[in-house]
Amino acid sequence: MPKDHGVGASSKRREDIRFLTGRGRYTDDVNQFGQTYAVFARSDVAHANIRSIDTSAAEAMPGVVAIFTGEDFKDVGGNPAGWLINSRNGEPMREPKRPVLAHGKVRHVGDAYAAVIAETYAQARDAVEAIVVDFEELPALVDMAASLADTTVRVHDELPDNQCFDWGWIEDNRTKVDEAIRNAPHVTTLHLVNNRLVPNAMEPRASIGEYDPGTGDYKLTTTSQNPHLTRLLVAAFVMGIPEHKLTVIAPDVGGGFGSKIYHYGEEALVLAAARKLGRPVKWTAERNESFLTDAHGRDHVTKIELACEKDGTFIAFRTETMANVGAYLSNFSTATPTFLHGTLMAGNYKVPNVYVNVKAVFTNTAPVDAYRGAGRPEATYSLERVIDKAARELGIDPVAIRRMNFIQPDQFPYTTPVGLQYDVGNYDATMDKLLEISDAAGFEARRAEAASRGMLRGLGINSYIEACGIAPSHLVGQLGARVGLFDAATVRVNATGNISVMTGAHSHGQGHETAFAQVVAGMLGIPEASVDIVHGDTSKIPFGMGSYGSRSLAVCGSAIVKATDKIIAKAKKIAAHMLEASDGDIELKDGRFSVAGTDKGLDWGAVCLSAYVPHNYPLTELEPGLEETAFYDPANFTYPSGAYACEVEVDPDTGKVKICSFAAADDFGNIVNPMIVDGQVHGGIGQGIGQALLEAAAYDDMGQLVSGSFMDYAMPRADDLPFYQVDHSCQTPCTHNPLGVKGCGEAGAIGSPPAVVNAVIDALQRGGMAHVTHIDMPLSPARVWAAMQG
Amino acid sequence: MYSFDFLRPTTLAEAAEALARDEALALGGGQTLIPTLKQRLASPSVLVSLGAIAEMKGICRNDAGQICIGGGTTHATVAAELAESYPAMAALAGQIGDPAVRNRGTIGGSLANNDPAACYPAGVLGSKSLIVTNTREIAVDDFFQGMFTTDLESGEIITEVRVAVPDRANYQKFVQPASRFAMVGVFVAQYSDGVRVAVTGASQDGVFRWTEAEAALSAHFDASALDGLSVAADDLIADLHGSAEYRAHLIKVMTARAVKAA
Ligand SMILES: Cc1cc2nc3c(=O)[nH]c(=O)nc-3n(C[C@H](O)[C@H](O)[C@H](O)COP(=O)(O)OP(=O)(O)OC[C@H]3O[C@@H](n4cnc5c(N)ncnc54)[C@H](O)[C@@H]3O)c2cc1C
Repeated sequence: MPKDHGVGASSKRREDIRFLTGRGRYTDDVNQFGQTYAVFARSDVAHANIRSIDTSAAEAMPGVVAIFTGEDFKDVGGNPAGWLINSRNGEPMREPKRPVLAHGKVRHVGDAYAAVIAETYAQARDAVEAIVVDFEELPALVDMAASLADTTVRVHDELPDNQCFDWGWIEDNRTKVDEAIRNAPHVTTLHLVNNRLVPNAMEPRASIGEYDPGTGDYKLTTTSQNPHLTRLLVAAFVMGIPEHKLTVIAPDVGGGFGSKIYHYGEEALVLAAARKLGRPVKWTAERNESFLTDAHGRDHVTKIELACEKDGTFIAFRTETMANVGAYLSNFSTATPTFLHGTLMAGNYKVPNVYVNVKAVFTNTAPVDAYRGAGRPEATYSLERVIDKAARELGIDPVAIRRMNFIQPDQFPYTTPVGLQYDVGNYDATMDKLLEISDAAGFEARRAEAASRGMLRGLGINSYIEACGIAPSHLVGQLGARVGLFDAATVRVNATGNISVMTGAHSHGQGHETAFAQVVAGMLGIPEASVDIVHGDTSKIPFGMGSYGSRSLAVCGSAIVKATDKIIAKAKKIAAHMLEASDGDIELKDGRFSVAGTDKGLDWGAVCLSAYVPHNYPLTELEPGLEETAFYDPANFTYPSGAYACEVEVDPDTGKVKICSFAAADDFGNIVNPMIVDGQVHGGIGQGIGQALLEAAAYDDMGQLVSGSFMDYAMPRADDLPFYQVDHSCQTPCTHNPLGVKGCGEAGAIGSPPAVVNAVIDALQRGGMAHVTHIDMPLSPARVWAAMQG
Repeated sequence: MYSFDFLRPTTLAEAAEALARDEALALGGGQTLIPTLKQRLASPSVLVSLGAIAEMKGICRNDAGQICIGGGTTHATVAAELAESYPAMAALAGQIGDPAVRNRGTIGGSLANNDPAACYPAGVLGSKSLIVTNTREIAVDDFFQGMFTTDLESGEIITEVRVAVPDRANYQKFVQPASRFAMVGVFVAQYSDGVRVAVTGASQDGVFRWTEAEAALSAHFDASALDGLSVAADDLIADLHGSAEYRAHLIKVMTARAVKAA
């Protein structure tokens, strides 16, 4: 019987009532009295010196109340990088200033160099067109290798080689790994591109700045995945506003996928403009601004080598990667290609030697940062593609080669050569489950049937592991993080026994309002409907770090458990007093306190009421009220893992790939809401298939984003995607958080691209095209057809 | 959008008069024009909606047996009403965009726009068609004049499209993955006096007739008739989604599929 309540139940997502009936309240739905509108003047060239900006005509336009340029912000701070990476030679990474508005130079198409504030949106937009800018155009750097080689063209004048850092992980192992590869009986080499993606959240970014001259208080309503982090960045680093004078509210947010973790200049601009005008200032991105200025994802160019014995035993992995950071460092852009990527390069495998080199490169393109999976999809793709290639070269079954190298259940905790300690897992179990749910045994019959229709059918299988629940502050601190990555929750029990839980995690589609309520209601034995989750407002919630990196349940959920434990402990003391028993004898079950071994008891509500109506209350021993806050910082990352299978058919006449089936067997540890987990996996796989087959953020040589609209940027649509077989019954609970959960938000996007590409290569190989060993994503019909031609 | 005046005349005569104003533009279903306005890529002084002109809407047969499609007829109406009488054209209309686009977009707007990746130009050029405007009749072979260019004078309104129904026909659309317009679309129609093959999506000059294939298929209406033929890649479109060579290859594949399916 499926559970219908508490942890383990597929409770319906309560937030969907407002989302599906159009009652969500997003930033653009918010309008304030006296509001003005901001529109940005953005560069239409990729790289230019700004000779002059003439705003006089624009200032004279109807409705214009203010115009800002980079000059107005030259004395405030830049938008900082949140993670310090040191190069192999010990030098710290280069951190050129990222200004609120471009000053002196524009560095990518879409870079904002001025902003108009007007009474109406249309007036602001008209006035932006009247701004006259004189650009001295410079050559655009788009290709990473060219950027590194070119010392005459510089994205930032002070950086002669356009390099941010040259990172080795782990540098001390380099010679040992080189030697292992030199002496190996077999080495498989693969050059691959992890394609650049545009996040394309359904809701574009938007911000409203407000300032109260009477109190000096600021308010920023904005599309953020982490309001406290945004507050810290914009207040302390950029604007110099005392943190306590700024409230940041992230109301309903329509998807982020990473792109709304970061602080962007538009947020600082609306605050600065609100201060100057004493009126609210609103900005909402148009879709083309989202394409040009939301932090993009991925964009790695990698060479990976796998050294192994002839029998397939892995000896070493070595990778050289160029990672595009775009024109400026976005807040976590330096962590993504390094500590979220390099540390995962041992995969699920007991491989003694791993070395990773990553060069981060500035180019005249939009900033690149974490996007669903962030670094881990890049690692998984490189590993699982080169393993497939090696298996083929050695004539070993792709499942067998993985199994023979899997870390075994009795080897945990397992320390990898790239610095992580996996606490628990069972990779054969998910592989077994995968083969079962994907009916791998029936593949040959399906292939033969497809062949009778002239179609080339292929099967791709891979494993993945990710480091989630980001993250232990002590670890990330050693690795260069400039922030802590704990989380926090306050559980406030009202006098009538219902509960508001204020969380540092922010829900922008994940279903926290449902899943978190299940956790608390389950612990207390009260109805889920009695628990509400409050998030997204720094004036209401404790200081938390928001949602990304599949961290919400693992980290914030653990803080919720800790706070609820405190509530239970205190409530037991109150109950003990009321029942005239000792608190050690009080049990809480199904919402009722009882004295062990007796029939004496009290309902949850009676105890809560007495906490707030303390007429007969142990005031000398206990404070009135029932409200507790807990902060939680994990001991380690969590390590979700699993195995994915994809079956495709390739049309040999056109190169078109059809996904016939997709199966995912994941180990997420314990599951709070199976339906929400299914949905997270579905969404992740959808994005992974999008990356594998469809999506490409393509710049031309001039630095123009060729796929700058949905006319050319191919988002996956429902009919591009199959029905999924998703299973999460293989559960090795996380050993170090109280819920035993690992996180499920990114797995689908991490595990799926190699499964798709492996399947296409398999189809072509089985179809007799032995020369096709790799095709770079996205595997568009044209690319597959071109590869088939040889 | 920039601001503009908006008129919604109920007769062709009024519409023609309104369109004679400086910088006037006709508005059909708006499925191309409205996005263009929103991006501020057009700035008409007055937008003249053709949507209230009853005489431009609907489908009938004339005495010569031709199907007469009003210039203001939506894709959805064509898809529904030609299902029996001209299934290939109905199927073409039914594959344009999504339901919202099909319920707003019109055949007149599509032909006047002559997007090089649009479907109707292939269906209409692949059929024996006549474009009727408020001032004259234009043979379809004279109508399309390169991408986004037609024989229409400024302010001229497509009021009707007359098509002769072939013995058999089929449209094969290979979609561009993002826009789902035609990356290559081929319309093949067999008439008693010959075969017409019209190709959209592929050429820098917009829709064109593949005359070699027409000759071969007129002699022998079978996919094998195409065996020795090939399309030169020279003037074909090359972009993010495919090279000129790929499009040349697809033309042949789609033509063969259309012949088989016709
Ligand atoms: C999401 C989407 C997907 C689409 N997919 C496809 C597709 O797969 N295949 C395809 O072929 N098309 C596609 N289209 C385009 C669609 O078919 C448009 O409806 C069509 O191109 C224009 O017709 P309209 O009536 O909307 O014209 P409008 O957008 O109103 O006008 C287009 C142009 O034609 C002029 N015009 C309009 N009507 C007349 C007339 N009667 N006489 C003279 N000039 C006129 C206008 O002045 C304007 O210059 C798509 C559009 C969208 C938005």
